[in-house]
Amino acid sequence: MTRLIAVRLFFGALTLWAVSLVVFAATQALPGDAAQLILGRDATPERLEALRDQLNLHEPVAVQYMQWLQGVVQGDLGTSFSNRRPVAEFLASPVQSSLTLMGLSALVATPIALFVGAFSALRRDRGFDHSASMGTLVVASIPEFVVGILLILLLGPGGLDLFPSVYAREGGPEQWVLPVLTLALAVAPPIVRMMRATMIEVLESEFVQQARLKGLAERRVLWRHAAPNAIGPVAQVVALQLAWLAGGVVAIEFLFNFPGVGKVLMDAIENRDVPLVQAVVLLIAGIYILVNLVADVIGLAANPKVRVANR
Amino acid sequence: MSGPSTSTTPTAPVRRRTGLFRTAWRFGRTKVGVALAGLIVLIAVVGPFVAPYTPTEFVARPFESGADGTLFGGDNRGRDVLTRFLWGGWTLLLLAGASAGLGVAAGTVIGIIAGYRRGWVDDVLMRTNDVLLAFPQLIAALLVMSIIGPKVWLIVAVIAVSHMPRVARVIREATRKVIEQDYVKAAEAIGLPRGRIMAVEILPNVTSPLLVELGLRLTYSIGVVAVLGFLGMGLQPPTADWGLMINENRQAMAVQPWAVALPVTAIAILTVGANLITDGLSRAAIGIDRGVEK
Repeated sequence: MTRLIAVRLFFGALTLWAVSLVVFAATQALPGDAAQLILGRDATPERLEALRDQLNLHEPVAVQYMQWLQGVVQGDLGTSFSNRRPVAEFLASPVQSSLTLMGLSALVATPIALFVGAFSALRRDRGFDHSASMGTLVVASIPEFVVGILLILLLGPGGLDLFPSVYAREGGPEQWVLPVLTLALAVAPPIVRMMRATMIEVLESEFVQQARLKGLAERRVLWRHAAPNAIGPVAQVVALQLAWLAGGVVAIEFLFNFPGVGKVLMDAIENRDVPLVQAVVLLIAGIYILVNLVADVIGLAANPKVRVANR
Repeated sequence: MSGPSTSTTPTAPVRRRTGLFRTAWRFGRTKVGVALAGLIVLIAVVGPFVAPYTPTEFVARPFESGADGTLFGGDNRGRDVLTRFLWGGWTLLLLAGASAGLGVAAGTVIGIIAGYRRGWVDDVLMRTNDVLLAFPQLIAALLVMSIIGPKVWLIVAVIAVSHMPRVARVIREATRKVIEQDYVKAAEAIGLPRGRIMAVEILPNVTSPLLVELGLRLTYSIGVVAVLGFLGMGLQPPTADWGLMINENRQAMAVQPWAVALPVTAIAILTVGANLITDGLSRAAIGIDRGVEK
C-alpha cells in the first residue's frame, strides 16, 4: 500500500509539473510579449527594450520557463501587470475569502448530505428515498450558476427579498447565505447518492445481520457497526467534491461579486494580467490535484483488498 | 426505482441496442426527460421562425418591462426579450451537441485502443488522460479562452478535449470486459486485423456505456457552454445566446427579471431533461444506480 501511495504521489507531482508547463506555454501564445502588455500600445521602442531586458525576455523560452518555475517554487509569482503589486501578496486576501467560502459550503453540505443519504438507505424504496433520489438527480443536473440565479430570483431582492444577491465589503453575514447555499447544493447530491448506496450495501452485509441477531439495539447496530464501515468510500466522494469546489467557485464568485480567487481570475482575464492569470490557474489546479490525491489515498486505504494485498 | 425491469421473453432475442432504448423507455423518468428536453429543443429550433422581431431590433427602453408590443419587455439595450430568448437557444444546443459528440467520439477511440492493446499503449494513453483530468474543466476552458480569445471552434474544441479523458476511462473499462469474450478471441484466431476487430467486434458491444456517456457529456456540455457565455467567455455580443443573455441582464435582475428568468429556466429544464434521459438509459444499461462521478 505504501508503494501504491508513493506511485500516486509521484504522478501527482508529475501532473503538477505538466500543468505548470501548460500554463506557461499558454501565456507564451499571447500576441505581443509581456513588455508590450505592461506598457500598452503606445510605448516607445526604447522603453520596451529596457523593460524586456529587465524581464529577461531576450533569454530563450526554456530559460525563461526555468526562471519562472524557480520563482513559483520559492513562492514568488511575479508582479501583477494591472496593479504593480507582487501577485503572492495580492492573492492572500482573496485566497482566504475563497477558502472560507468553500469551507463553509462543505461544512453545511457534508453533514446534511450524509444524513439524507443514510436516512434514504434506511427508508429504502419508500417515499423519502424516492423524493431524495429525484431531488438529487434534478439538483445535480442543473449547472451551479443557474442554481445560484434561481436562488437569487427566489430569495433575492426581486423575489422574497430575504438575502442580498451581491457581496459588499460593508455587508453583514447574511450576504454569505446565498453563495454558500448555492455551492452546498452543488456539492451535496453525489455525497447523498454515495452515502445511500454504501449504507444499503453495509446494511445487507453479514456482520450487520449478525449484530442484529445478537439482539443489539437498532441504534447501536447503526452507529457502532454500520456507519463506520460506510465511511471509507463516502470520504473519497467528499474529497472529490471538495476538489471540484476549487474550480466551481469561479462562476459562483462572479455571480455574487464575491471577492475571492474566482473573481480575481475573471478580472485578470479582463485586464490581460498574465502573471495573475498564471498564478490563479496554477493555484486552483494545485489544490485540485492535491485534494484528488487525498481522495485517491483515502480510496486506497478504505479498500481492504489493496490494504492487505500490497503490504 | 420506478418498477423492476421485467426481463424480455426468451423467445424474442432482441438486439441489444433496441433493447436498451426500449428498456429505458419503460422508466417513467425517461418519458418525463424526453418531454422536458423536447420542449426546450422545440423552442430553440422553432423559436427563430416565430419571433416577433429581429434579435437586434430596438423596441423598448433598456430594462423596460411591459413596453408596448412586447410580452416580456426590453433587455439591457432595449431589444425584445422574447425575441432574443427565442433566438438564443439553437447556438447553445449546437455548441453543446458538437462538443459532446466530438468528445465522446474521441474518448471512445482512445478508450477502445487503450483497452484492447494494453501494454505500453495503454499506459501512455491513460497517464496522458490523468494529466488532462487534473485540470478542472471550467478553468482549462477559461485559460484557453483568455489567451486565444473566445472563438466558436475553440469553445467546441476545449469542451470536447475536457470530455475525452473521462469518456476514455469508462470505455476502456467496458472494452476490457468485452475482450474476454470468446467472439473476440475467435476473431483474433481467424486473423482479422486489429482495426477491424476494434470497429466490428468491440465497438458494437460497448454501445450501452457509450450512450450513457453521451447523455452525461451532453448534460455537462450544456452547462459548460452556458457558464462560458455567462462569464462573457463564450459567444460574443450581439449574438442572441442564453448564457450571454444572463450575463448582459443580470445587473437588473430585480427590475427586469424576465431577461434572466427565461434563459435560466430553459437551461435548467433542458439539463434536468437530458439528465433524466441519461438516468433512464444508465438504469437500462446496468440496472442499478448510476455512479457518483461529477
